[in-house]
Amino acid sequence: MQILEELDWSPLFISLKTGVVATVISFFLGIFAARKVVKASPGKKAVIDGILTLPMVLPPTVAGFFLLLLFSRRRPLGEFLFDEFGFKVVQTWLGCVIAATVIAFPLMYRNARASMEQIDANLVYAGRTLGMSDTRIFWKVIVPTAGPGIASGTILTFARALGEYGATSMLAGNIPGKTGTISQKIAMVIQDGDYLAAGIWVAIVMVIAFFVIFLMNLISGKKMKNIGRW
Amino acid sequence: MAISVEICKRLHNFSLDISFESNSKRIGILGASGCGKSMALKSIAGIVTPDTGRITVENRTLFDRGNKINLKPQKRNVGYLFQNYALFPTMTVEKNIAAGLKGNKKENAERVREMVEKFHLTGLEKRLPGQLSGGQQQRAALARIMAYEPDVILLDEPFSALDMYLKDRLQQELIQMLEDYEGTVILVSHNRDEVYRFSEELLIIDEGCIVAEGPTKELFRNPVKKEAARLTGCKNFTRVTRIDDHTVMAEEWGTVLKTKRKVPDDVAYAGYRAHDFIPVWGERGENMLKFELESTAALPFEQNYYLKPKNGNNGASVICWFVQREKLDILQKKGMPDYLELDEEKILLLK
Repeated sequence: MQILEELDWSPLFISLKTGVVATVISFFLGIFAARKVVKASPGKKAVIDGILTLPMVLPPTVAGFFLLLLFSRRRPLGEFLFDEFGFKVVQTWLGCVIAATVIAFPLMYRNARASMEQIDANLVYAGRTLGMSDTRIFWKVIVPTAGPGIASGTILTFARALGEYGATSMLAGNIPGKTGTISQKIAMVIQDGDYLAAGIWVAIVMVIAFFVIFLMNLISGKKMKNIGRW
Repeated sequence: MAISVEICKRLHNFSLDISFESNSKRIGILGASGCGKSMALKSIAGIVTPDTGRITVENRTLFDRGNKINLKPQKRNVGYLFQNYALFPTMTVEKNIAAGLKGNKKENAERVREMVEKFHLTGLEKRLPGQLSGGQQQRAALARIMAYEPDVILLDEPFSALDMYLKDRLQQELIQMLEDYEGTVILVSHNRDEVYRFSEELLIIDEGCIVAEGPTKELFRNPVKKEAARLTGCKNFTRVTRIDDHTVMAEEWGTVLKTKRKVPDDVAYAGYRAHDFIPVWGERGENMLKFELESTAALPFEQNYYLKPKNGNNGASVICWFVQREKLDILQKKGMPDYLELDEEKILLLK
């Protein structure tokens, strides 16, 4: 038990913090993007959907490559952000958040979109003929009706953001106490041959992962409440 | 002018092209599924935009392509009762009714309470739509529309999703609930019984065009066109040639028909409703058909006979004769009649 007392818990908090912030950002961006895509014409839809889903399909290292191209201080955007606002992305916690957000965002967006597309268009028409503004219809009718899909999207996004490794290691690096997340910690201690420490972190990740899946089943179970079991 | 509508819209396989004006408070639109009648309602509500046309309600222009007026659905003040009612599934009955209200909290609560009472929803205020029966859902949807005080209410096939036994009661309920409503109500349906009991004035639409219009009862008595007659439920048609002002030759039935109504010059068909035949035993008189029995079908409250006319030309289609249960006894006693007589008042003369 001595090892638990000596354990540096910082990776857990960095991962949780990153996961929460990335999920909050993805939540709003994902719903916003889903709304735009649902309303777009079929051609536009295919293109935008392709771009938004890419980070989920590509290896995270490819996303990491593009993120470095964008945010490196030797590049225009990175330079601009640093000079104007003092934002440093590469090798910082902000980099963790951006990498996790980019990788996890498609899960939020796709789940939100799928559940919005299933909504009866008549609900929107009914809202309009009742004098409700489109914004009001969106937040009062569409989002609650798509609720279970959005909720499971949020949980998956959180889980994905929590475990992000590839893009994070490229953009944010693995600085202990600063950008060292659980997944990076595990890779590092295994390289050192410290299987006990690795095992502890693996157990922690597994507990979190199981809890996430359990939550999701609870939510989708609630959604299925009115449908017969077999 | 209560309502005036002029709509042209190109759809996938045909064009919707209708125009009508009416002062009537209860208008029915009858047409087969997919004839464009729902599209007409959606155009009035502003859910879809017609290619050209003009829509006005009580001198308020909702849409006028020429003058580039196209009010948003939110500004039209037109209530729309959807076939599936479109109640917001995550809101309680109360919240659904309040959804479109603009007043302050107290006014809205008062209005909701009033509607709940009027539409017999007391005790159901906190229920979600999924926990209501079909009839309760319909009342809630109507309460939601009425709370908003629309100038026009559009009913889009409101009964087609319901079980047979519920239909009749809900139709009556809807008519009663709308009794004291001052505005115009337009009912769209493919069911002739629904439009007959509901509307004072009727439009019959076929493939996007109005084929007949007029006071409902008059239109059922004289539908003028063959397609209109078919939609009002007439089953039997024959091509005819005019002989004189009150006589036609029914080609497919092989008989001369005397008619009470004056035969119009451009008459092309005669129609006769399946319930209106009179069985005759013995001597052949005027307006009688000789036939051969093809098949029969037993229904709970009537018997259907499908007959082939004798002496008709070869292309003759089957004649339907529906006999109600009370009259079946005579048939069972006397056997099949020798002839079927057509009442000269009930023959439809059609274009």
